[in-house]
Amino acid sequence: MARSWSELLGREGGPPESDDERRGLFSRLRDSLSKSRRALTGELAAAAFDPGDEGSWERLEEALIAADVGVRSTAELVRRLEARGPSIDLNQALSEEVEVLLGDPGILHVQASPSVLLVVGVNGTGKTTTIGKLAHRLSQHGLSVLLAAADTFRAAAEEQLEIWAERANADFVGSRRGSDPAAVAFDAIEAASARARDVVIVDTAGRLHTQTGLMEELAKIRRVIAARLDGAPHETLLVLDATTGQNGLQQARRFGEAVDVSAVALTKLDGSAKGGVAIPVAYELGLTVKLIGVGEGLDDLRPFDPGDFARALVQG
Amino acid sequence: MFDSLSDKLQVTLGDLRKRGRLDEEAISRAMREIRLALLEADVNFGVVKDFVGRVRGRAVGADVLRSLTPGQQVVKIVHEELTALMGSGDSKLAFAPRPPTVILLAGLQGSGKTTTAGKLALLLRKEGKAPGLVAADLQRPAAIDQLEQLGRQIQIPVYAQRESRDAVLAVREGLERARADGCDVVVVDTAGRLQIDEALMQELADVRDVARPTNVLLVLDAMTGQEAVAVAEAFQERVAFDGIVLTKLDGDARGGAALSVKAVTGKPIKLVSVGEKLDQLEYFHPDRMASRILGMGDVLSLIEKAEAAASEEEQEELERRMRTGEFTFDDFLTSYRMLRKMGPLKGVLSMVPGLGQQLQGLEVNERELARVEAIVLSMTPKERRLPHVIDGSRRLRIAKGSGTSVQQVNQLLGARKQMAKMMKEMGKGKLPALPGVAGKR
Repeated sequence: MARSWSELLGREGGPPESDDERRGLFSRLRDSLSKSRRALTGELAAAAFDPGDEGSWERLEEALIAADVGVRSTAELVRRLEARGPSIDLNQALSEEVEVLLGDPGILHVQASPSVLLVVGVNGTGKTTTIGKLAHRLSQHGLSVLLAAADTFRAAAEEQLEIWAERANADFVGSRRGSDPAAVAFDAIEAASARARDVVIVDTAGRLHTQTGLMEELAKIRRVIAARLDGAPHETLLVLDATTGQNGLQQARRFGEAVDVSAVALTKLDGSAKGGVAIPVAYELGLTVKLIGVGEGLDDLRPFDPGDFARALVQG
Repeated sequence: MFDSLSDKLQVTLGDLRKRGRLDEEAISRAMREIRLALLEADVNFGVVKDFVGRVRGRAVGADVLRSLTPGQQVVKIVHEELTALMGSGDSKLAFAPRPPTVILLAGLQGSGKTTTAGKLALLLRKEGKAPGLVAADLQRPAAIDQLEQLGRQIQIPVYAQRESRDAVLAVREGLERARADGCDVVVVDTAGRLQIDEALMQELADVRDVARPTNVLLVLDAMTGQEAVAVAEAFQERVAFDGIVLTKLDGDARGGAALSVKAVTGKPIKLVSVGEKLDQLEYFHPDRMASRILGMGDVLSLIEKAEAAASEEEQEELERRMRTGEFTFDDFLTSYRMLRKMGPLKGVLSMVPGLGQQLQGLEVNERELARVEAIVLSMTPKERRLPHVIDGSRRLRIAKGSGTSVQQVNQLLGARKQMAKMMKEMGKGKLPALPGVAGKR
């Protein structure tokens, strides 16, 4: 059974998630991952996998590469499978090893009140949408949420977030275009403290991790948040597009250096992209995925379950 | 970080120089490196397979040119093949004999369609057109606001429909109004959609039928992974796009997706977006993209820019000094000022072959460089010429004079040393001989 929101948030309550909904997610994820028979084992013909055959291993490598797992993590997975000896059930073994590499996501740190979530990522990964959906879920679980529009760069970013705030029944702290994003974050925490809100989610402008000036700006936002509130930001969430290839690793590395990313949200898994880059991000950088985006609806953000993800990826 | 492919091939094939011919075993080793490099660059694995096969065919039995190392020879073949693969097809936009020319932008969510629409309109106006923008993204919250704000910024009219949720209607009306206003090119911004979303793909096909565009452009994020092929094939099938706009190339993505998409659809890459500013959209150069995928730096662009910025003698002298490793602070200052004239340094330095990756650790930013200039200017002429005389007390004086710290001065001294060393190695031919920058033979 997939992880529930109560497990992710480390608190009881919220609307009950029926077995169906939770199973439903698995099958949905599986559907999206296996679109057009492209699950790994489909390509592999796992039944015909022969550990003694060079060609079998090569096909396995190709399948992993085709899922954006990347050369290094692919090599690691192959090494682990080889170490299991001559008679393995490929489906089972590969799912297990992928799960191991993905690591344990732990809980989302929203227990302090107020908690601050800083959301970062390159342009177009779905930061604002993810925030909207997350705010909605948190509200459902009885947490009062305040959204801060610290994307003061992109045209109409504020409007987009405000629309989400309304949908999610959250407070909203806006900004003028071109104003200082760190000041917006500061004001938002002030407001949340004054109004006794539980969670502040700070939306930031998308930026390429190679833009030094903008990365410094982000580091400043983080510093200002940390200075305003002890222990904040409680979670720094990197939003990663599942369609991204090996550059995702570089994104995670650079954002990690700039703002000490604590977790990843993997978005757009409803496409046919498998999001395999989550594996090297977790394995090589130790950054685990906590949330996945599987669609455009308000309910289409889910807690990440490594086992579930691994099985969906491998077995379809 | 992985080294660039050219560096790797130098190492793999380095000892072959004496033999003068690429033998089977060496080629196999080289092909493995090429395969890995292309996969790391997110080129689709199927495309990689075909490509490596072709390169192998050409490399087997090829005589190594006297002037090249075997590694360079292979890089040359790879580069030529990549350029040929990406270069076929016309990168120019088509214009309708009877205006307005309609350009339809399509792609996944977050690929950068709206921003590209604004940039493209600006580019077209610079070319003497009278562009207009039509908003057909009725899905994403505030997408119309975004396009309107962009339009205001560059003073290009935006035609939007706020009342309806019908994209087809919005496009029909928008085009009519744009035509009536005398726009001769109209860029249509559509909603981002997943290629597997049947309803939205149908909407796109309908929009296409109404807009009857002269160009349909697929907007593709340069960071896209293996999935690029599935995306391109689906869009190809439903709306038969004419070309590709590659976005977010100002990051450090190798952009292998561009190669995959070109290989499977045969459609040319027409435009590339190289920065956040609205004037940072350029026509596509296949040879530059080939270099980028290979990690060879964007040599040609650099040379073009350098030529515009520095006199030839100045440059030759500097190159000579770099090659011999006598890279003093005077040279540092000259090259720094030369680079400054070329534009934002970040862009320029990433184009130097071999430096792209190495520079990542020591990220350049403009403020930092102003500090560097201040430090160098606080040195005496002798110190600039003979950096080794700079002892502790001189360091303190330089730091005070430039308003920096001794630590920052030390950093710069270290950087110069490293750079001189690197330049010397480049001069010795550890990188492929490329005209102008990496040493002539």
